[in-house]
Amino acid sequence: METVIINKVRVEKPKKRKNSTRQVRRPNRSMSGDIFIIFILCLFGAFFAFPLVFAINHAFKPLNELFMFPPRLFVINPTTNNLQDLFILMSRSWVTFSRYIFNTVFITFTGTLGHLVVASMGAYAVSKYTFPGSKFFFNLVITTLMFSGFVTAIPNFLILARLGWIDTYFAVIIPAFAFPMGFFLMKQFIDTVPQSLIESAKIDGAGEWRIYARIVMPLVKPAWLTGMIFSVQALWNNPHANLIYTEQLKTLPFALQQIVGSPHTPNIARAGVGAAVTMVMMIVPITLFIIAQSNILRTMANSGIKE
Amino acid sequence: MTAENNVYRDGAPPQPGKFGRYLTKKKAAGAYMWHSMKQHKVLYLFMLPFALVFGMFVLAPVGISIFYSFTYFNVLEPARFIGFQNYLNLFLADDIFLIALRNTLILALVTGPIGYICAFLFAWFINELPRYVRAFVTLVFYAPTISGAAFLVWALIFTGDEMGYLNAMLIRFGILQEPRLWLTNPDFMMPVIIIVVLWMSLGAGFLAFIAGLSTIDETLYEAGLMDGVKNRWQELWYITLPNMQGMLMFGAVMAIMASFAVGQVTQDLAGFPSTDYAVHTVVNHLVDYGAIRFEMGYASAIATILFLAMIWTKVLVGKFIMRIGR
Repeated sequence: METVIINKVRVEKPKKRKNSTRQVRRPNRSMSGDIFIIFILCLFGAFFAFPLVFAINHAFKPLNELFMFPPRLFVINPTTNNLQDLFILMSRSWVTFSRYIFNTVFITFTGTLGHLVVASMGAYAVSKYTFPGSKFFFNLVITTLMFSGFVTAIPNFLILARLGWIDTYFAVIIPAFAFPMGFFLMKQFIDTVPQSLIESAKIDGAGEWRIYARIVMPLVKPAWLTGMIFSVQALWNNPHANLIYTEQLKTLPFALQQIVGSPHTPNIARAGVGAAVTMVMMIVPITLFIIAQSNILRTMANSGIKE
Repeated sequence: MTAENNVYRDGAPPQPGKFGRYLTKKKAAGAYMWHSMKQHKVLYLFMLPFALVFGMFVLAPVGISIFYSFTYFNVLEPARFIGFQNYLNLFLADDIFLIALRNTLILALVTGPIGYICAFLFAWFINELPRYVRAFVTLVFYAPTISGAAFLVWALIFTGDEMGYLNAMLIRFGILQEPRLWLTNPDFMMPVIIIVVLWMSLGAGFLAFIAGLSTIDETLYEAGLMDGVKNRWQELWYITLPNMQGMLMFGAVMAIMASFAVGQVTQDLAGFPSTDYAVHTVVNHLVDYGAIRFEMGYASAIATILFLAMIWTKVLVGKFIMRIGR
């Protein structure tokens, strides 16, 4: 009962605000300004959407249109042959298709779940209490937000090699736990949970673990979903070819990328299948984003860094 | 406090009594900290799992990079301490590093600020749209960032022969007479890479801006209207920006990360190494020495320089952002 009431308070507040925003036109908005904004957005929207539209069109082109001269952007006779070929190709690969899917699901699922549990526990402690080292730790996390995986790839490899995790699932799963962005967003979102709620729970006799699991976590579901999406994206876009080299342990994105070939030695014979692969690779993260968009934006609303 | 300051100003060594007092103070502070730590020991347990993996896979790599940057290390032999030799070689003997540094600086100085300002302006424009259109437009602008390897589509567009889409289009409209080698001619490589990087640059910062804009208190705008804010640009400078400093900082951190770490794009589009090293970036140089030549010490020095450049840029940008709207 209690959590329901708490939930209501949390959920209602942003909703109300959303409905009232921008319904009334402010008097200091000029017509020409509106036209300017729409013009700019259309122009750049076309720039941002163009390659994606291109990739989708490409995937449905029959072979003669793929190599047509002069090349055309839009497909004339759409066909699903490329997608069918992709499925036939995948079903004939010597490592079975289902194995790649299992690897992908297993790595993504455990990596994301572990990351969320570990990061939310740490974020709860740092967000709701000040104790020696908590501020320092959080500042470290903010600084490391900047260091992308490319820059730390080499020492990371040395560490994984020392641990003996190269060529195992661990090499991908465990480093994914330490994704600083998830910790940062989770901490910022937990900041919005009122302190009085935690104090009242304490007076009612709840321990730290109970407060964390039963009160704070149900209130930060948007942050969970956001962390999940970012983590899944990071794992999906990271074919980690240098950490896992046994073919049976590789993931679906890696198997698919092999079909396309590298940009400098493209797989001409399978250009159609390659186009289908590019589309599939794109559609998975975009679909996830569409599903979670409102939750992601609610989480990002708390992403400000205070100096 | 003042008494202690005077002691040092006189140049005399601290009196034993005063030093003793200082020591007791420190001891008391230490005891308080210890007490506080014991009181919060459950919280340390909460932190432990994340701290462990974070330390191991995020902090330790940075530390290892800094450590090995002072050594000669080729993985097979044990590391040998050589002081600042790696850094000296980088700046005095390695012409290609200087080219890479120049390219990275150009990329960071162009794509960083432009990407950052565009991300904010687009977010701000999108925020002026009706609610349901907003969700769709957000998706259109953000899709390139999340779709991962989709930037390889640009390789098809910029193909150098007349089969390339851009070449074919320009020839058909009569702008070009013969195809251009967009990705292999040093004259065009840098602009092409800048376009692709900008295309991918609306990252998490863009989302933070969109979300941040919708949380600014509506009453502030109404108050601004009363006080004579004439148009949306004034509103932007006097109300919106000062209320979004946190988001702006977050966006800046994301922009710095993206613009300094350009490497994958140049490698996949322009080749590795690219013609005349025209778009060879510091990250490419790092991969060259770390993953191909196995000169880990040298590669670590490159990584360390990159870390320092990023941190320094962040501090600089932070100071600038704190001044907005003042």
